[in-house]
Order: sequence, then C-alpha cells, then structure tokens
Amino acid sequence: MILVWLIVILMAGGVLAWISGKVNRALPRWVALGSVMAVFGMTLYLWLSNPIPVLGSAWLIQFSQPWVPQWGIRFSLALDGLSLLMLLLTFFLGLLAVLISWREIHTKVAFFHFNLLWVLAGITGVFLTMDLFLFYFFWEIMLIPMYFLIGIWGHENRRYAAYKFFLFTQASGLLMLLAILGLYFIHGNQTGVYTFSYFELLNTTLAPEAARLLMFGFLVAFLVKLPVVPFHSWLPDAHSEAPTAGSVILAGLLLKTGAYGLLRFVLPLFPTATVEFAPWAMLLGVIGIIYGAILAFSQTDLKRLVAYTSVSHMGFVILGVFSFNEWALQGVVMQMITHGLSTGALFIIAGFLYERLHTRDIRLMGGFWSTAPKMGVIALIFVMASLGLPGLGNFIAEFLTLVGSWQANNWLTVFATIGLVMATIYSLRIMQKIFFEANRMEQALPDLNAREMLIAIPMVAMILWLGLYPQPILDTARPSIQEQLQAYTKPAQEQVPVARVDVPAKKTIYIKRTGTKNPEETKPSSNLQITKSSN
Amino acid sequence: MGELLWLIPALPFAGALLLVIFGNRIARGLVSTIGVGSVGISAAITLVLGIEYLSSRPAFIRQEVWQWFDVAGFSPSIAFHLDALSMVFIFVITFVGFLIHIYSTEYMAEDKDYARFFACMNLFVGSMLMLVMADNLLLLYLGWEGVGLCSYLLIGFWYKEPANGYAARKAFIITRVGDTAMAIGLFMLFQQFGTLHIQSISTEAVQTWTIGSETAVIIAFLLLGGAVGKSGQLPLQTWLPDAMAGPTPVSALIHAATMVTAGVYLIARMHVVFELAPAAMTAVAVIGAVTLLVAGFAALTQYDIKRVLAYSTISQVGYMFLALGVGAWSAGVFHFMIHGFFKALLFLCAGAIILALHHEQDMRNMGGLSKKLPIVFYTFLIGAASLAAFPLVSAGFYSKDQILWLQLAGENGNIWLYLAGLLGAFITSIYTFRMVFLTFYGKEKTHVGHKPTWAITVPLIILGILSFAGGFIELPHNFGHVVLFSDFLTPILPAVSVVPDFNQYEWMLQLLAAVVSLVGIFIAYLFYYKKPELIESIHRSELAMAIHRFWHSGWGFDQLYDVLFVRPYVYLSKVNKNDFIDGFYTFLANVTQGLHRLFSTTQTGVMRNYVMGVVVGAIMILTISLLL
Repeated sequence: MILVWLIVILMAGGVLAWISGKVNRALPRWVALGSVMAVFGMTLYLWLSNPIPVLGSAWLIQFSQPWVPQWGIRFSLALDGLSLLMLLLTFFLGLLAVLISWREIHTKVAFFHFNLLWVLAGITGVFLTMDLFLFYFFWEIMLIPMYFLIGIWGHENRRYAAYKFFLFTQASGLLMLLAILGLYFIHGNQTGVYTFSYFELLNTTLAPEAARLLMFGFLVAFLVKLPVVPFHSWLPDAHSEAPTAGSVILAGLLLKTGAYGLLRFVLPLFPTATVEFAPWAMLLGVIGIIYGAILAFSQTDLKRLVAYTSVSHMGFVILGVFSFNEWALQGVVMQMITHGLSTGALFIIAGFLYERLHTRDIRLMGGFWSTAPKMGVIALIFVMASLGLPGLGNFIAEFLTLVGSWQANNWLTVFATIGLVMATIYSLRIMQKIFFEANRMEQALPDLNAREMLIAIPMVAMILWLGLYPQPILDTARPSIQEQLQAYTKPAQEQVPVARVDVPAKKTIYIKRTGTKNPEETKPSSNLQITKSSN
Repeated sequence: MGELLWLIPALPFAGALLLVIFGNRIARGLVSTIGVGSVGISAAITLVLGIEYLSSRPAFIRQEVWQWFDVAGFSPSIAFHLDALSMVFIFVITFVGFLIHIYSTEYMAEDKDYARFFACMNLFVGSMLMLVMADNLLLLYLGWEGVGLCSYLLIGFWYKEPANGYAARKAFIITRVGDTAMAIGLFMLFQQFGTLHIQSISTEAVQTWTIGSETAVIIAFLLLGGAVGKSGQLPLQTWLPDAMAGPTPVSALIHAATMVTAGVYLIARMHVVFELAPAAMTAVAVIGAVTLLVAGFAALTQYDIKRVLAYSTISQVGYMFLALGVGAWSAGVFHFMIHGFFKALLFLCAGAIILALHHEQDMRNMGGLSKKLPIVFYTFLIGAASLAAFPLVSAGFYSKDQILWLQLAGENGNIWLYLAGLLGAFITSIYTFRMVFLTFYGKEKTHVGHKPTWAITVPLIILGILSFAGGFIELPHNFGHVVLFSDFLTPILPAVSVVPDFNQYEWMLQLLAAVVSLVGIFIAYLFYYKKPELIESIHRSELAMAIHRFWHSGWGFDQLYDVLFVRPYVYLSKVNKNDFIDGFYTFLANVTQGLHRLFSTTQTGVMRNYVMGVVVGAIMILTISLLL
C-alpha cells in the first residue's frame, strides 16, 4: 500500500496546494514542501529499513489491484532497487524544486505547485508501475503538468518551447502506445490471456520481425525522452525556457524516465531485437556524446549550454544500456543519479544568476568570483562533476559505463572517451565566462544567502558521497540490474530466437506458467524471472 | 608503522577543506598555519616513516582505508602502497612542497585571495600524494586528475586576466587529451586482468604476455599518452610554457618539481608493462630525446625568465624519459629527485627576483642583481650549476652523467640517443648561464624593491644545499662508487644491465660531458657578458632571426595545433550553433503551417466558390474515370 500512498500523497498534496492558494498565498509552498518531504521520508525509510535482497528476488514491495478487469488492466505497482533509487532521486530533486521556487515564482503560485506535485506524481507512477497500460497513463500524466510549467512560468519564448516539448513527447508516446497494444494482442493471441501485466508480457514469445517492430515503438518514446540525437531538439528549448524548477525536473527526472524505460522494458522484453540493434544504439549514443558536446561549447545562453551537456551526458546512458553487462548498467544507473544531481545543480546556479541579473547570456557575465566566491566554489564543483573529475559521482558513472562498453565495442568506446575531452572544453568555458575574467556588469553580484546554501550544500555532499563511496547505491541497484540482464547472461539460447517460437516443449512451459492464477498476488515475479532464464 | 600512512595525503586534504570553508573568515596567520602546517606535518610523518622504512626494509607497506566500490568483480580500494619508489616521490613532494609553502607565505602576502591560494596548494599536495601512493590505477587516476584540476586553478589564479584563464584551460584540456589515452589504457588493462591493482597487474602481466605482445604494446603506448600529456613531452608539451601564468611558487611546485614528473612516475610504476613492450620503450626514449632538444633550443631564445625555466623543465623531463626508455629506471628517478631540488630552487629564485623587480619577468630588463640580492644570487648559481651539470660539485652532474653513460653502456642504448643527450647538455649549459649573466651581471636596469626575508631565503638555502649535496648519494663506479640511491630502488626497479667491456671508457665519457658543460658556460659568458656585440651581429642576420622567432614560438606547435584542432573545432561549433537538426523540425512545422495557410484561403465563405469547386471536382473525376 505504501507505494500507492506515495502517488496519492503527491496528487492530493497538489490539489490541496491549489485550493490552499485561495486562503493564503504562501500556503501552497508549505503544502508542497510538506507533501514532498513526506514522500521523501517514506522512501528514505523504505531504503534504510529494507535489506538489499539477494540475487533472484529483486522485488521489495508489490501492490496489485484490478482496475479495468475486462481488458486485463491492473493497478499494479512494484518496487525494486532500481525504482527505489529513482524515487529517492525524484523526491530529493522535488524537494529542491520546491525550495528554489520559493522566491522565483510569484504568479499563480497555487497552480504552479499543483503542477509541480502532479509532475512528480506522474514520474513516481512511471517508476513504479508494472502494468504497461498504467505505465502509458503515468507517462502522459507527467507530460501535461510539465507542459503548463514551461508554458506559464517559463521565460520569453515559453509558448514555443512548451508546444515543442509536448509534440515531441506526445508523438513518440503514441508510438509506444501502439507497441504496447501490439504486445498485448500478440500475447493474448498466444496464450488466450489478455493482460497488460509486465510480468506476464515478459513471457511473450515474439517472432523476430514483430519483436523488432515493437521494440522500435518503445525505443522511439524512450530515445526522444532521453534524448538521443537526432531527436534531441526539443530539449534545449524546453530546458532553457522552463523555470528553474522545471529545468531541474526535466533534466534530473524526465530524461531519466527514458533511461529507466530502456532498462525496465526494452532490455527484458526484446532481448533478441536489442542485441541486433545494439551497435546502432551505441553509435547513436556516441554521436550524441560528441554532437552535444560540440554544440554545448558555442552556446551563449547558460541554460541552453547546460541543456546540450545533457544531450552529451545522456549519450553515455544509451551507450551503457546497450553494452549488456553489469559494469555498464551500474554505470548507467549511477549516471542517471549523478547527472540528475550535477545538471540539476548547474540549472539551479543558472537560476540563482538569473534572479540576480535577469539574463542568461554568459557573454554579459564575468568576474563573479570576486564577489560571490561561495557560488563560485559550488559552481566549480558541479562543473568538475560534469567533466567527470574523479572523486565526484559522475566519474564513477562514466568510468563504469566506459569499462562496460569497452567489453562490448572498442572503437565506439574510444570515441565516447574522446567525449570526455570535449566535456572539459565546454565545462571550463562555463567557469571562465561566468566566474573568471573581468566583471562586465556594473553591479556587484551578491553571494549565496542561507536558503540558497541550504539547497547547494546537500547537493555538494551528495555528489562527493557518490564519488567516494557509491557502494550503497550500487548494492541497491545490483539485484534489479542482474534481473534485467538475465536474458543476456546466457546468450546461447537468445541467439536462436526462432527456436523459442517453434519448439513445442518450450511453448508448453509458457502456457503452463501463464496458467498460474494472478501471479502478482503471490509475489511470483522473481520465480517467473528465474524460470524464464532457466529454460 | 603503516598506520600513519593515510595521514600523509589526508592532512593536506583536510587543510584544503578547512581553508575552503573558513578561509575567508579567519586571520591570515591562521591561514598560513593551516596551509603550511598541514604539509609540514605530512613531511614530518614522511620522515618518521622513511626512517622506519630504511631500518626495517619491508618490500612494501599497504594500507586500505576503505573499499571504493565493487561492481561485478571490479573492486578498487582507497588504499595506499608504500615502497621505495613511492617513498622517493613522497619525500620530494612533502619536503619540497613544505619549503614552497613557507616561501609562499611571503610571496603571496599581499594577495587578497591568500586563503584560496593555500587551499589550492594543499589540495594539490594531497592529490599528488594520492597519485604516488595509490595501490591501484583508478586511485592513481583520481590523483592524476586532481593535480590537473589544481594546476588549472592555480595557473588561472589571477583570474581577472583573460590570458591566464586561457593558459589554465589550455593546460587542463591538453593534459586531458593524454588522460583520455590513459583511460582507454585502463579499460584494456581491466579487460585483460579483471583488476586495476598495480601489483596484481605487474605479476600477472609477466605470466600472460610475451615480450612484444600486441596488447602489451598498445597498453604501454596508451599509458605513455597519459604520461606525455602530464609531463609536457612532445607532442603535448605546448601547455607547459603558458602555465607560467600562475604565481611563481606554483610553477616551482607543480610545473617543475612534482606534477610534471607524474608521467615519469607512471612509467616507472608500470615498468613491467613497458618492459614487455619494447616498441613503447623505444618510443619513450625517442620522445625524451626529441623533446629535450626541441625544448632546449626553445629555451635558448626566451626572454621571460620563467619561460626559460619552463622550457628547461620540459627538456629535463625529456632526460628522465630518455633514461626510462633505455630501462635505466633508477637513473630516471634519480634525475627526477635532483631536478626537483634544483628546478624548484631556480623557480623560487626567479620568484624572488620577480618580486624584487615589481613583477618584471623580462630578462632584458634585469641585470646587476648579484650585489643587490646576494643570497638569491648564490643559491641561483648553485641551481644553475646543477642544471648545467657543472662537473664534480653539482648534483645535476651526477644524475645527468648517469643517464648519458647508460645511453651508451646500457644494453638498450644507442649512439644517437647518446648524442642527442650530449647536444642537449651543451644547449642546457648555454641557456642556463645566459640566464645567469643576463640577470645577475651587467648594469642594473630595474630598481630593486622588495628585499626577501627569511621565509624566502631559508627555503632557498635548504634547496641550495640539496642541489649541491644531493648528488653524492649516487656516484659513478670509477670514483666514489656510491650507490645508495639505486640500491634503495633495486627491489622495485630492476637495475639496467651494462655492456661489460664498456666500463673502461667511462672516464672518457665523463670528461666529454664535463667539457661540453664547461664549453657551454664559456659560450654563454662570451655572448652575454664579454662580447654582447656578437649577439647583435647574429640579430642582423635574416636567417638567424627567422630561426630565432621559430624557436621562440616553441617550434610553431601552438600555431600548428591552432590550425589543425582549435580553429576547426571552434568553427564547427560556431557554425552549427543553432543546430541544423532542429532546422529539419522547424521545416516540418513550417510546411504544416504553409499548408494550413494554403487550405485556409479556400475557406472563403462565399457559396459561389464552393459550388465552383464542386463542379470542377466533379468534372475532373469524370474525366479521369472516362480516360481510364
């Protein structure tokens, strides 16, 4: 039930925040802060109180209720290490998003916080749901409030950016819906059981051609969200036009839903098709790393610059996902978390600067170190994180990803590593243009105040902790990662996809398994996974 | 005795952390106490550990602080490894670092960012110690990148000047190019051995690879890439001369004594891998030889005293590479140590001069300082003698002579490498004493302001003594035959095997080296003191001036890289600033909008037009169906 509460608290908090705005202008902020703190506390408690499961039983908590039984749709939520980590990140960044909006947002405060909480609720749902229909539902839920966040509270060109964001994600989401339906019907035809349940659908046997098509449906949605070049062009606009909280959530969380989708759905559902597509996906990743880095270098709008660094960094995610080994996938999970923190922090710094200067143009900035050394130190730390300095979390992420991808493909890894040099080039430019050189403005920039330090210090502490002792994160993620990889650890059987369809003995196994009544009710998922790999 | 090991890097880190947090709120005296004290205590611990190490002679001491992470068997630790090789490096880093920190309290006294300076310096010392004490390559990489960061921060310390920022970024980016190669090397090593633990790699490499095995060669070359970048060797040397934009103590500590020798450490540390890759060894020696010549000629033509010293550093590190390349491991490390002493000394003297002359760095505006700054003069002379390998009484003579001798006598030696080294020694003594004569002799051209006090002179005197006496712990066979240093290193670094019947010629080679050094000094004396008109006659020659300009610009490497890499990259980035891929989507949107406009013009609201449309449409359909 606790999983349902997470979503309910956020949604109810959102509604309450909206209503409370009628009473008092400041009240929505406190309501939002309270609800996010509540869910953050609950997830933290879950993390600290649950022992990390051993191999084979990745799932910590499950919840499942029929929703639309005649179509086989269930309100099915489940939590494993991966989703737990994603939730922690979501609520941590959500907390920061509320805090940074404290001074920044003045208009329609109540509605803003409604949207903020509903985006978080949608993201929470995406990270938790184990029913593909429900997944699509939450996928859309997080889209619409985000559209409002950009479109109402954004900067000058906000309408354009909001439309663009909406169209890109919506269009790609529709393809995913088609793929989900395709999978649903294929599975229904095969077994006679029409269900959207993730665990059931995992056992679908697909002809190679169908698998390929369905995989592309999912892939497009996730690749647009991630984003991967050439589907990235919504991101710089959306990031740079969104209010700071919006940028933090976009970069820190929404992009991660794409990565999460790849890990959770694409890898386990279509093992054969992904292996075929892997070299191309990795190539796209490397292109993204390099293309994003080159473009980031010449941007003059600080938020746009950081947005392109996201394109570059997300290239590592897809590179790692399609390397199919534990090093790379652990690297990907680390990258999701550390990129969320470091890029979030850079957007927050951009927000601090915008509040003070009312510009995002780095050509007008310079020399701020002399009056704002605290901001300078914090910016330096996150700039260094972004270029992958060892000792900070991003290094662990990128190094593990590259170690893993090296096993899969040498040359692409070489080019991805060259991306690190390019990261240095654009990252140092941020420091140079904003904090070094002479001050081009008349005004002296005030340094961070107590509230801003309260936001910045935990982020610094986190990124250092992740860089120096990431083991708790890695341990939490390990069982889920091993589970997602199960289909790949025994490559011999996966290399012959046709055999899986044709050999009748295997088919009976599938039928027998799907015959078990309502697998969710008896915590069966892990068994399912094991039997799947053992055949 | 190993329990204290972790404190050696931890103390400077703690100092840096304290200074970052409280630096702007506490008095300068306290800043100096934290900044200098943390390194000082590290040095004291090093001394204690060193004495214990020498008395008990364990193979190595390992201390694991915690396990960094563990992913599917990839489990590096935050663990320190102390053996003879790291001992030498720790000793130089903490002691020379300590002296330079003391010196900085006076040199930086007027600077308003006093705390920031010491925070960065402490961070540097901590990272550098991490680099040389790491027991696995990933932790080494952490130190490696950490020193790069500090180098960046300190080169650009006076950040208001855009040129300093440019130099800082250049240093960071160019070394990162090398680091990238090294990172790929680490991926390969991990793939081969499933670990990055240095000792395990060393033992397993011998069993897995045969000499010249392809993987070993590739890995050795990739590691060499990292070494070349950090150590300012060809072709990644261009950042080091510009790095002189930082405060002079920084140049002394980072860009002379310690960080630039990280490449030497890496190669010596991974010597097992390099020994299995003869091609890479040859490359190390050739890179060293070419670099020492290129940088030597460039040093001849510089006027900025710090740039002379910078090129000289590149050139001297080239000697170390030369030694490593022929397998003369301990000779390379010995030259590192001696060079650490005398080059830090020379930089600190240069700093004292610069401070005295109100930040004047051009040697053409110096002169006649021998009377005004006597302590600086005499210590500089000792340092210069050591750099120029002045026979018998300078430490540099012994360390460089050993390298030259092994070029011929060592089994991997080569006459061409020897000649390059000899020519380099000749140039070295010319540019060194050119510096001495231009700076200390002749007419006084700039008024001497600041007179150094004890915080500057004491470090100079101590380093002067070391630059003079340091050589006596390792004397050639034919006189003295002291081998304290190489004995100390032998358990870690194998001794080079000498061609036996060569020993009888050793005295001839020593004599030759001595003569070369003395002739170089005499030429400098002739050109820059006795007969300056000779220089003017050279300046009149068009060809000589062209060569002069070419060398002065560092052999045009900057211009070349500018054309080859910098400009294309910037152009590529600028030209695509608005992201041509986005153009496609904009095009799509525009087409849709265009169609929308086109069709909305048909919505006139006039019945006549609609009827007309229906009729025309009907006729068209009829015609088509008739025609078909």
